[in-house]
Amino acid sequence: MGRLSVDLLGIRLDNPVIPASGTFGYGYEFAEIYDINCLGTFSFKGTTKEPRYGNALPRIAETPGGMLNAVGLQNPGVEKVISEELPKIRECFHKPVMANVCGFSEEEYVYTCRMLDGHNQVGWLEVNVSCPNVHGGGLAFGTDARQCAKLIEKIKKVTEKPVIVKLSPNVTDICETAKAAEYAGADGISLINTIMGMRIDIKNRKPLLGNVTGGLSGPAVFPVALRMVYQVTSAVDIPVIGMGGVSKAEDVVEMMLAGACAVEVGTANLVNPYACSEIISDLEGVMDRYGIDRLEDIIGGAK
Amino acid sequence: MKKGIFSIKENIEIAAGTYRMVLEGEKDVNIIPGQFIDIKLDGFTLRRPVSVCDAYGSKIVICYRIAGEGTAAMREYEEGRKLDVLYGLGNGFDITVCGEKPLLAGGGIGSAPLYMLAKELAAAGKEVSCVLGFNTAKEVILADELRALGVDTRVVTVDGSAGDRGYPSEYLGGDCTYIYTCGPKAMLKGVYSSWNGDGQFSFEERMGCGFGACMGCTCKTKEGYKRICKDGPVLYKEEILWED
Repeated sequence: MGRLSVDLLGIRLDNPVIPASGTFGYGYEFAEIYDINCLGTFSFKGTTKEPRYGNALPRIAETPGGMLNAVGLQNPGVEKVISEELPKIRECFHKPVMANVCGFSEEEYVYTCRMLDGHNQVGWLEVNVSCPNVHGGGLAFGTDARQCAKLIEKIKKVTEKPVIVKLSPNVTDICETAKAAEYAGADGISLINTIMGMRIDIKNRKPLLGNVTGGLSGPAVFPVALRMVYQVTSAVDIPVIGMGGVSKAEDVVEMMLAGACAVEVGTANLVNPYACSEIISDLEGVMDRYGIDRLEDIIGGAK
Repeated sequence: MKKGIFSIKENIEIAAGTYRMVLEGEKDVNIIPGQFIDIKLDGFTLRRPVSVCDAYGSKIVICYRIAGEGTAAMREYEEGRKLDVLYGLGNGFDITVCGEKPLLAGGGIGSAPLYMLAKELAAAGKEVSCVLGFNTAKEVILADELRALGVDTRVVTVDGSAGDRGYPSEYLGGDCTYIYTCGPKAMLKGVYSSWNGDGQFSFEERMGCGFGACMGCTCKTKEGYKRICKDGPVLYKEEILWED
C-alpha cells in the first residue's frame, strides 16, 4: 500500500485525487493525453433519469480567481450513460468509477440510482442535492435538511453501493444538512458544490449567463470550501470528500488536514487538462517537504 | 489536443483594434485549418480560445481583436514572453469535399482561419476565391496576404469605405462549387440563407475548457448536441440548426 493510498468507504484508492463531476466528462478527453488510471477514481458527469440539453448559452463566465458555470446538467440520460458511456469508460479506466446522480423529484433520483446500482463498474453513487443551475429540484433537496434526509432514506433502500451526498454551500448552516444526511443513512458526504453568483455584461446591461445565475468555482472558493469541510467533519462521523478550488498538491494536503478523506478537483481540470495528473505527481514531494509519511495519517490533523 | 510552451515572436497591430501574434513552440504543431488554440493568460482563470490564422513548422500565427480584458492584456505582451498553449483543438475544415472552386467568406476577425484554409486549398490545386466583410476600411485584414497566395479576393465593408458596400452574403455569386465561412453568427446566418450549395461553417461560442470537458459551449444541431470546442467549431451546412 503506497504512501498516497486512502480508503473511500471500503474501496482502496491509490491516491485521494478525484476529478469532480462536470469537469471531466466521461474521462475520454483526458485519456487522450494521459493515462487516467493514475487517478484515485473520477466522478462522471451528473446523470439524470431523462436526457437533458441543459441551459441556454452562454453557460460560462469568468470571475476573479474563478469562474461561473450554468451548464444545467447536460447529459444523455441514465439509459444511454449505462449503454454507451460506461462501456467507453471501461476502455480507458480500469478502476471503480463514481456515478454522480441528480434529479428533479425523489422518484427520478431513486430510478437513476437503482439503474446504476446494477453495474459493478460503479463503485459509489454521489448524489448531487446541490446543483444551483436547475430549477424545481436538485438544490431544493440540498437546502432543506428534512427533504434531503427523506430522499437519502429512499435511495438507500434501492442500492447496495456506498451513497455519498454532495452538499450545497448555499445554506445558512452546512452542518445541519450534513447531520440530516448522516442521520438518513448516507455513507459519506462530499462538499462543496458551487456557490451561487452572477455577472452582468455592462455593454448590453444584461446578465452574462443565459441562466442569469451560475455556480462559482475555482481557487477563489477554496477557503470557503476548506472551512466547510473542517466544520462538517467535526459535526458528523461519516467520511467526507473535500472539494472546492483545489488546484495543487498543497491544497489536497490542506483539505485532508481539515478532515477530508479524499479530495475532488474540479475547475483546475478545465484550465489545465493535466491538473490531476500533475497534482498526483507532486504529492510525494510536498509530503516529504512537510514531513508527512502517509497521507492517511494526516486526515483531520489540523484539529 | 497538445499542450506546449510557446514563445512570442511578434505581436503587432495590423488593423484598428486587431493584432497579429506569432508564436513559436518546441516542435512541429501539425495543425489543421480551422482548428484553434487556447492560451493561458497570467491573472485570468480561463484560457482564451483563438482561431489559428496560419501554422507551419513549430510556429502558429493568430489574429485577435481587442474584445475584453483578456485580449487587452495580450496586446501588451512583448516578444520573448512565454505562453502556455493548448493547440490542435477542434475538428477544423475538411478540404477534401469542396470540388474545384471553393468560395471562402469571412466576417471581421472570422477571416483569420480562412487564410490557412486558402493556403492549403491552393496547395491542393483548387481555384480559390474569397470575400471578406468588415465594418470599415480601418478594420480590413488579410486581403493582401490572400491575394499574394493567388486567391481572387474581394473586400466589402458595411460603410462602403473599402470595396463594395454591404455584407459578404450579398456577394456569393460566381460559379463556385462549395463554401467555407467563418464570422459572427449574424453573418453566418446571412451566408446560410444566401448560399444554395453545400458548405462548412465555423462557429464561435464562449467556452470553459476548449476541449470538450465542461459542456459550456454545446449547441443543438440536426445531428444532436454538439460541443463547439470539440465536435466543432466547424459544422456542415446540413447539420446546422438556427435557434432564436
